[in-house]
Amino acid sequence: MKKALTTIGKYVMLMKKVLEKPERGPVFRNQIMTEIDNLGIDSLGIVAIISVFMGAVVAIQTGYNTTSAWIPEYTVGFTTRESIILEFSNTIICLILAGKVGSRIASEIGTMRVTEQIDAIEVMGINSANFLILPKIVAGVLIFPVLVVISMFLGILGGWFAAAWMNVVTVSAYYDGITLDLIPFEIFYSIVKTIAFSLIITSVSGFYGFYAYGGALEVGRASTKAVVMSSILIILFNLVITQLML
Amino acid sequence: MTNLIIGPSGSGKTVLMKCLVGLLEVDSGQILYDDRQFTGMAFKDRKIIRQEIGMMFQGGALFDSMDVEENVMFPLTMFTNRSMEEKRDRVNFCLKRVNLENVNKLFPAELSGGMKKRVAIARAISMNPSYLFCDEPNSGLDPKTSILIDNLISEITQEYQMTTVINTHDMNSVIEIGDKIAFIYSGKLWWVGDKHEILDTNNQELNNFVYATELTRRLKK
Repeated sequence: MKKALTTIGKYVMLMKKVLEKPERGPVFRNQIMTEIDNLGIDSLGIVAIISVFMGAVVAIQTGYNTTSAWIPEYTVGFTTRESIILEFSNTIICLILAGKVGSRIASEIGTMRVTEQIDAIEVMGINSANFLILPKIVAGVLIFPVLVVISMFLGILGGWFAAAWMNVVTVSAYYDGITLDLIPFEIFYSIVKTIAFSLIITSVSGFYGFYAYGGALEVGRASTKAVVMSSILIILFNLVITQLML
Repeated sequence: MTNLIIGPSGSGKTVLMKCLVGLLEVDSGQILYDDRQFTGMAFKDRKIIRQEIGMMFQGGALFDSMDVEENVMFPLTMFTNRSMEEKRDRVNFCLKRVNLENVNKLFPAELSGGMKKRVAIARAISMNPSYLFCDEPNSGLDPKTSILIDNLISEITQEYQMTTVINTHDMNSVIEIGDKIAFIYSGKLWWVGDKHEILDTNNQELNNFVYATELTRRLKK
């Protein structure tokens, strides 16, 4: 309990330093663009592959479970869309990003810590926490929702492929399903969750990397801790935000 | 003036240096930079003094994601409003000063140990510092490269009229460039003197340190 409270305290203190005004505006903007590329554009491939296949699987499973004549065919498209927008594209994709992006952030900053690069930044009089972590947080908040919207589109497209090529339902029934009663608030809810998850992934991973101490082994441990803690917090906040918003 | 802090491994040399540059807070005592109180100063106020400090870390601490030019340019980008051309000129001047040329586009992973140290010195002097701190500049280097680095630091110190503090346990450095030497033992200041006095001292712990090797014992005889 004491350890958990100490960790939370350290995290809050670090975030206080992170959220200060950046040293140089143009440098900060360049860093954000670099991080958008590193954290977001680099993740596009894995997000696209997972989204298409998951969309197809959701469509097939829904089709398999709704064989009753009482259930209309468009249910497959409707259920696929709802599953993808409400849960899959934000939570599952963010869990995958926690693994990919989280470990990258923690190991990058952790390596900088153990090779004294962070000390070098501090000696120059630069707020190292702000310089290293804030651009990643801002980039995450900007690019993760874009990835999630792309994931939504590709997931629904994956279901479409399943409908068309695997004869789960007819394409027209699938189309009727995905266009039935679309509530824009659901997309808003999904993006709000994504923003919260991106804050968790980037800040928690930055925290564990920043306080890595020792050598390669500790950097590895920091990276693992970052992924595990980000994933747990994503699951926890998923419940909290869902309860609050729906 | 080149000041050397010597002492066996684990004696507290690096901790002392980290305290001097403000990476660690001191439990007691005070640190003054030309009568300016550094101890207990707020981060924002320390910034002014820190911009007068250049530091070379043991492993170089070059930024892996940046090439040599960007590494040396980093302090200039962060703290000056110079144009890219002016910054590039300054970078080339600093690299030339440490006898490195045509390495601008190489990354730290592509450099040898000695080259990394020289790039670190170039980065440290890019802002014309008044104080230069070097943490074990000779560690991991062959004797010839060690002497080159020592001489380079000494020349730069004279040229820029800087106060240089070096952490080392290399006796060659002590004899070559030590204007003032402090011996640290078990976390305490044990002895202060110059390079002539150190060879004739009666201090037992210092003698054990200075004459630890067969070579130095023979030289004494």
